[in-house]
Order: sequence, then C-alpha cells, then structure tokens
Amino acid sequence: MAGAGGGTSDVQWCFSQVKGAIDDDVAEADIISTVEFNHSGELLATGDKGGRVVIFQQEPESKNQPQCRGEYNVYSTFQSHEPEFDYLKSLEIEEKINKIRWLPQKNAAQFLLSTNDKTIKLWKISERDKRPEGYNLKEEDGRYRDLNTVTTLRVPVFRPMDLMVEASPRRVFANAHTYHVNSISVNSDCETYLSADDLRINLWNLEITDRSFNIVDIKPTNMEELTEVITAVEFHPNQCNTFVYSSSKGTIRLCDMRASALCDKHAKQFEEPEDPNNRSFFSEIISSISDVKFSHSGRYMMTRDYLSVKIWDLNMESRPVETYQVHEYLRSKLCSLYENDCIFDKFECCWNGNDSVVMTGSYNNFFRMFDRGYRQDVTLEASRENSKPRSVLKPRKVSTGGKRKKDEISVDSLDFNKKILHTAWHPLDNIIAVATTNNLYIFQEKLN
Amino acid sequence: MSGDNEETQTTENTPMDEKVQDKVISPEKSEEAKLKARYPNLGNKPGGSDLLRKRLQKGQKYFDSGDYNMAKAKIKNKQLPTAAPEKTEITGDHIPTPQDLPQRKPSLVASKLAG
Repeated sequence: MAGAGGGTSDVQWCFSQVKGAIDDDVAEADIISTVEFNHSGELLATGDKGGRVVIFQQEPESKNQPQCRGEYNVYSTFQSHEPEFDYLKSLEIEEKINKIRWLPQKNAAQFLLSTNDKTIKLWKISERDKRPEGYNLKEEDGRYRDLNTVTTLRVPVFRPMDLMVEASPRRVFANAHTYHVNSISVNSDCETYLSADDLRINLWNLEITDRSFNIVDIKPTNMEELTEVITAVEFHPNQCNTFVYSSSKGTIRLCDMRASALCDKHAKQFEEPEDPNNRSFFSEIISSISDVKFSHSGRYMMTRDYLSVKIWDLNMESRPVETYQVHEYLRSKLCSLYENDCIFDKFECCWNGNDSVVMTGSYNNFFRMFDRGYRQDVTLEASRENSKPRSVLKPRKVSTGGKRKKDEISVDSLDFNKKILHTAWHPLDNIIAVATTNNLYIFQEKLN
Repeated sequence: MSGDNEETQTTENTPMDEKVQDKVISPEKSEEAKLKARYPNLGNKPGGSDLLRKRLQKGQKYFDSGDYNMAKAKIKNKQLPTAAPEKTEITGDHIPTPQDLPQRKPSLVASKLAG
C-alpha cells in the first residue's frame, strides 16, 4: 500500500473503530492521558488517569476485505502505576500516565516506557503460546506427584497453548524528580532516555535504575525569580547527541550532549520575536509550548502553543518556517478561557509518516490537519454520530462572523469540555488514533 | 491576528494587522481589559512566578497521611456501595492498627477501552 502521503486534497478519512464506554458519565480513571503507536504501527498504546495501559494490536490484513486495513483489538492491558502518597510533602502522587514511549523492537518482546508524575517504568510485553508438559515430578495441574509412583524418566515437551500476553515491569526508575515529570524520550541509541520535569532534565541508561544524570537544571537559586518551566523534551530521531526542550515562555532550546556534561548552555535557541505592541496579559500564557516533536527526517521540529502549530527548520532559530492557526477564533475568548482554565490545556501534535501533514486537536472534539505541501487544512470531528463503519468524515467549520452558514457551528456553541489533547499518526500508513475524553477513535484513509 | 479561522499562514504576518491596530484594540487586549475589569487585583505579571509556582505544586495537599487514607477510603466506599465492611467494629472503639485499615489500592476495574 502506498505510504502516508498525498495532500488533504485527495485523502478522505473514514471512521474505523471507537473504543471505550458510550455513556456520558465519565469516571475520572477513564480519562485518556496519552496515545502512542509503536515504531511499526502494529501496536497502539493508551494510558489513562487511573494508571492503566491498554495496548491494541492491528489484525493482519484479511484477504476478504482488501479495502480496509486491519482493525485494532485489545492485545494487553495492565495497571502501570498506582496512586502514592508523598509523606514528606503530604501530597498525593497521581497514578495518571503522562506519557508512553515505545522502544524499537529488538527481539520477540515489546518494551515501552510509561511514566506518571514521579516514576518511570520499563514494561516488557511478551507472548507465550507454548507451555511445557510432561513433567516428571508434577502433575499437569501443578500438584507434586508421589515419588513412589515415578518409575520412568521422560523429557518434558513444549506444546501449543492459547496465546497469552504478559506484561511485566522490568525496571523502575524512581526518586529522580522533585517536580512533575511531563515527558520522556528514548534515544536513537536505544540505550539511554531522557525524562523531564518542570525544572530539570535527567538522562538515564535503560539498564540502570539507581542512577541518573541531571543534564539540564533551570531552577533558580531564589524561587521568586522563577520565570519559566520546561514543558517538553525530545531526542533527535537520529542524532543521539542532540535533544530539544521547550518552555512555558515559547522558546525551544537545542542542546548537544557532546559539548559538556551539563547542558544548561544551549547550542541553539528558537524563538519567534514578539511585537511588543501586541503584548497582553495573555501573551505569555498562550505562547507556552505544550508539545514539541521532531519530524521523522530530523530536519524540522513542530511546536504546539495554545492557538497555533509552528514548524521550525533546525537551521534557522529566528522564526518558524510555517505557522498554522488551529483555532484563531479563540483569541477573542481568552478572558473566559482563562477563567475556566482552558487556556492552560496542553494539546499535543503529531506528524504523518512522510512529514507532509501535521495534526493536532481542538475543542468540541474537533481535530485539525494541515497539509504542508498543498497548503490546505481540514477540521474533522470525532463523535459517535459519525461512527458508522467506513463512513467518510465530513469536514467541519466554525463560523466566526455574524452570519452562520448551515452546517457551521458558532464559537459560542463549542463544547470546551470536549477536548482532543492526544492524537497519534501511524508511522507508515494513513491511520490515526484520536482520543476524546474517554474514547479512542481510529480513523483510516478511504481506500477504493 | 487574522480574523479568518482556517487560513494557513506563512511566517509573514498579514499586513492588514498593522493598519487595523491603529484604529481598533486587538481582540487580545480587549479580552485583557475584560479580565482586569472582573479581577482588579490581578497582578501584572501573569506568566510570573506566582502562576508558575502554583503549577509546580500541582496535586492535592492533605493534612497528613491519615487524612489522605481517610479520603481514599471515602472515595472507595462511594464507588463500591455493595462491598461489605470487613470489620464490624465502630471507629472510635479502638485505635486502628495498619492491618485494620482498608487497603489503599486503586479500583481493580479494568479499563473500559479494553471492554
């Protein structure tokens, strides 16, 4: 099948599946907090506020239905993190999974890192489809045999059994973060990874849990002087010495670990100059970067702030090369968005497989795609109303002027409780996973 | 600050903005005025240390671990109304030992995504 590509002009998106409860009464634990495809796209992991991880596996394409790619069905589910209590500070440590990152597959098992506010865990997910039978000393049900009845010696053999998928925690990386961990990123060397909290970034070796190196520390000596926090971190996709971190002030710093052990001095700083005349109370808040993602090529990076998505060329620090407005109509609603805290919502963003299209979420269960080549964008909606199998999604439009056309929705009718913060794009195909508050939608490109 | 919501822009901001600004207050600034009118005591440094420090200390604070365990037990009881109490002793009759307290485990219900 052709890889991800083509502009939004020729790609039509169809509903494929939706996971989760239908009822409107959402338990807090069911709120989805992260969504991530693995490197092949065969597995799709979600994390929720209740500390649980659910992994879906794509069924192999069936010959009966060549027009649609395999469905995702539950492969494994486990409790990754549990609530804890910090006795020293009398603070609750939430079990909510903030991020999941897959390791590239090296053998039959799959590995992923999952983190809550304080602890990162490495999980091994392995399959078992055979079991040994014919023990000399044990019965088949496990009871030990009476030794007097054992008269012959046999070699146990492996026989097939129903597939069992087991998840086991292989490493627990704890006690390295005073503040709340907001992101993790696995290095292309597959040996190390970064974890970032509001003020510090630590470098870990995947094998070693009792030690980590602090490589960025922006904590001021006097906390009264605190002006910015770290919001996200990511390793470069193929340069194992390079990583970037974004801040609440809208800057991105690129660091080279070869330069020194402590990367407080950045190698590059990406920041778009602001017109001082336009500055308002909200300027800094809406410039806070909620997500940063390198392109697959490693040449570009994308940042998401409250109202826009920006694409930066790593060779140019002075300004982004592309800026896409996600929901500019919200600029005249900032006062109420500040009052209901929505202005602090952290939206994520993602690239498609060949870096030609980027996607991010919005309110009212809308999500947006921007085609960089064709200079087109589309707004789609994840809702149960459009959930007939293989039904094509109709583009949505928000009306900003006085006159509202038919099928348009006015800004004041938008439901700000229906936010799409987490989206993921299959690394190779046009398959996307979009998380509403408690449901996971999977959409696929319409194939003829 | 374009009025159109779905216009894809390149880095050059539309020149229209400069002209409009002279005559009309930008939407951002008028929103700011609205906010200041509602909350006159709002500090002038919105991105400043107060906001950030509040963000650093996210998470509900409890008086102590006993307070935390009580709160968790209350939530657990609400979620599982049919669960019978394991001990019939009334609190206050004796000082509880750690073994008497309900297990501080999260709900063992599986995720609805896996249903």
